[in-house]
Amino acid sequence: MKIPQQVVRLGAVFSVAIAALIVVRALLVPETFGDLGHYRAAAIDSIAAHPKKYAGHQECAACHDDVASKRAAGNHRGVACEVCHGPQQAHVDAPLDVKPPAPRDRGFCPLCHAYNPSRPTGFPQIDPVAHNPLQPCITCHDPHAPVPPAVPEECGACHGQIERQKALSHHANLSCVTCHQVPQQHKVTPRVVRPTKPTDRAFCGRCHAEGASGRAEAPRIDLAEHNPRYLCWQCHYPHDPKTQ
Amino acid sequence: MNPDDDRSGAPLPSGPQPAVDRRRFVENALKACAAGCPLILAAIRLPAAVAQGPAGQAGYDPTEHLYGMGIDIQRCIGCGRCVAACKAENDVPLDDHHFNTWVERYVIDDNGEVTVDSPNGGFDGFPQPDTESEIRRTFFVPKLCNHCANPPCVQVCPVGATFITPDGVVLVDDTYCIGCRYCIQACPYGARWFHPTKHVAAKCTLCYHRLVKGLVPACVEVCPTGARTFGEVEHRPTPLARFMRMNEVQVLKPHLNTRPKVYYANLDGEVR
Amino acid sequence: MQGYIYPNEFELQWSLLIVLYPYITGLVAGAFILASLERVFNVKEVQPTYRLALLTALAFLLVAPLPLQGHLGHPERSYEIFLTPNRQSAMAMFGFVYAWYLAVVLLLEIWFDYRQDMVRWAQEAHGARRWLYRVLTLGATDVSPGALKFDDAAGRWITIIGIPSAFLLHGYVGFIFGSVKANPWWSSVLMPVVFLFSAIVSGIALVLIIYMVTSLFRSRPVDMRCLDKLASFLFYAMIVDVSLEMLDFVHRLYESEESITILSQMIESRLFISLIVLQLVVGTLIPLGFLGAFSPALHRGLARGSDELRRLIYLTSAVLVEIGIFSIRWNVVIGGQLFSKSLRGLTVYKVELLGLEGLAMTIAIMALPFLILWILVRVLPPWNVAAQDAR
Repeated sequence: MKIPQQVVRLGAVFSVAIAALIVVRALLVPETFGDLGHYRAAAIDSIAAHPKKYAGHQECAACHDDVASKRAAGNHRGVACEVCHGPQQAHVDAPLDVKPPAPRDRGFCPLCHAYNPSRPTGFPQIDPVAHNPLQPCITCHDPHAPVPPAVPEECGACHGQIERQKALSHHANLSCVTCHQVPQQHKVTPRVVRPTKPTDRAFCGRCHAEGASGRAEAPRIDLAEHNPRYLCWQCHYPHDPKTQ
Repeated sequence: MNPDDDRSGAPLPSGPQPAVDRRRFVENALKACAAGCPLILAAIRLPAAVAQGPAGQAGYDPTEHLYGMGIDIQRCIGCGRCVAACKAENDVPLDDHHFNTWVERYVIDDNGEVTVDSPNGGFDGFPQPDTESEIRRTFFVPKLCNHCANPPCVQVCPVGATFITPDGVVLVDDTYCIGCRYCIQACPYGARWFHPTKHVAAKCTLCYHRLVKGLVPACVEVCPTGARTFGEVEHRPTPLARFMRMNEVQVLKPHLNTRPKVYYANLDGEVR
Repeated sequence: MQGYIYPNEFELQWSLLIVLYPYITGLVAGAFILASLERVFNVKEVQPTYRLALLTALAFLLVAPLPLQGHLGHPERSYEIFLTPNRQSAMAMFGFVYAWYLAVVLLLEIWFDYRQDMVRWAQEAHGARRWLYRVLTLGATDVSPGALKFDDAAGRWITIIGIPSAFLLHGYVGFIFGSVKANPWWSSVLMPVVFLFSAIVSGIALVLIIYMVTSLFRSRPVDMRCLDKLASFLFYAMIVDVSLEMLDFVHRLYESEESITILSQMIESRLFISLIVLQLVVGTLIPLGFLGAFSPALHRGLARGSDELRRLIYLTSAVLVEIGIFSIRWNVVIGGQLFSKSLRGLTVYKVELLGLEGLAMTIAIMALPFLILWILVRVLPPWNVAAQDAR
């Protein structure tokens, strides 16, 4: 069977095109493409060679070990140097020419420590407007080993949301220690030594059971009849009892 | 009109085709192959020796690492230092719609209504929540590229400009990306963005340039409460190992089977 | 912005140009499938539009890569798709589907169909035109009966291969969207099928419009049997298309997955005009009503109309259909980016007027295929029926 002229001509055109594609491919595909996967392996090198701006706190400790060890023993042990002093690789490279800035005004510390209900309870927070206005934070608090000048009496220093909620509730006049026993150590290592919490219905019953001798204005219920299978705080939030 | 009267110069057989055409075809084909063989061999590039890992990083072997990150929602205070540090370390544009990492705030009121916001990604921290009614739960959620083990973004890249390294980091090859933005569409987490001046896709690199030097990513370095934990996903002694053991961890959008390597402890069900 | 969107979602990534791209490839696939009706299924009535449909498909296929190139961040690197395609990527594989369709299906089909005429025109023409036709024939000037029979058989086989290739061409574009699991508006098994059938609808409507308009310019009468047949095929295709779209809609509402809330909000607010008004009412219900009422092929149509009335109805319906199909592309591409993947918020898309991805560029790109078609019609007149008469 003879091959039709059309096929010959078309075959020639297609062969040339495919050959051209093969040549172009050989010339244009980057060298390291496919070495490690379907990508240009040399890209990893160029990304890895990006200069760093943050030196890392280990670099700071190499020269400033006194500050580093003071910080490691204090409440800011988890706060790296460059959180407050900014990226300082430039300072590491040229220590005498580039000096790290230090935030000495009131604007910086509230980024972490201003009261915000979304912050986890127990995190030390203040009201930046009311708390010693006009004075820079570092006047009273050493940023490398911050402690309050006086140990806060009020639990609200760290438990601001609870205190604010309780202050608007029926339990506003109850102090925290009415229901919670707080060891002194809790103010030093708060996550390790925790305050106690009431464990039984009888505790709430001291004010709320019928016939209790507590405050006259506290609502009374029959402790035996009123949902006896549940603990009181499963329904009534103690810091704001009117809600459920 | 005479079919023989052709001035193109090409041989124009008239009448029935002679059998010599088949021979000529075969001859031409053989000639083409002979000419093409060197080209074909050049095209089949013999595999080069496998690269030793990022050159210039003495002693860094990517096969010894598989990175992941842990995030503890109960520790995040929404200060936004991570967002600021990432932008500084990686030259991310400072506007409010290009982020490698950002922090979201969830406020769930007593009626169960959920409000989510992320003002400038959390770069300047967060103002007071904008809610009048009582708050049932509220918390911050840092987000970033999850460096998925089954990344949909890598799957859709038409040219192989985005890839996952042997040590588990998803990266973008700036000089190869054609800017089609398919990967940005394919990411379920909104982690990718289009670089406004380089015109390529961009995303969190886990600060790969720091990892090869044995440092942690900038966001982990500056997190003041330890909400971000960095380490190895596989069985190696890193802080992530304890994180994975002691917490009930979740990942974002598990139903999509992207197998993220960013693990969240104490993650609320409302988080998307 | 409304509700919450991830910060990186503020600006849309795929713009008006990417709306244009599936629209254009849809027209290509649809026009080709219409042409194949005559070639493979021997629907004699649409024969006057056969070559016109092929040239239309070619004109639009040549323009199809332009919106893509305009949209890429680095169009100068676009060749990488052919050099190092990622075989897992639908977009990469589409480059080859496009190349296959252009080179092996469309160009070859046109070449085989026109070859006999090109040989004759090469001999009749003078100067540059003669040289042009000679090059186009690739020197295959044998017009003996045997060779012509081969042309006919080859054209037939290419069309047979071409039909699934046309399905693949536009079904694949649907798959590019439908396979994105991150996006609940796009991710659907039905997406390639809906895209394909809406492509067929738009292609038939386009050929109908072009046939009527070119007949007007040439001052030739329109073949009413052909036109009635085109209109009935348009009607059938629309029935299938709207059924598929209704199926998708009902399925979403019934399963009521998590995304239903934000998607409903999006349809009611951002997409109300483009979806309810343009896609549904203007682009589907009104043309279906017109065609159903006036098309004599559909069981002696409810209303009878003169030829002139039917021509007007058909032209109007076809134009409305094109608006509707463009709206579908808009609703898919833009709609898929108007809601956040957090499922909690919506953003906005502001169309630029000027600029590489703006309205002006879109209009220019849509006008270009008509210019190319005009050139093609001058070079390869589809009215010359030598090859078709022989069949």
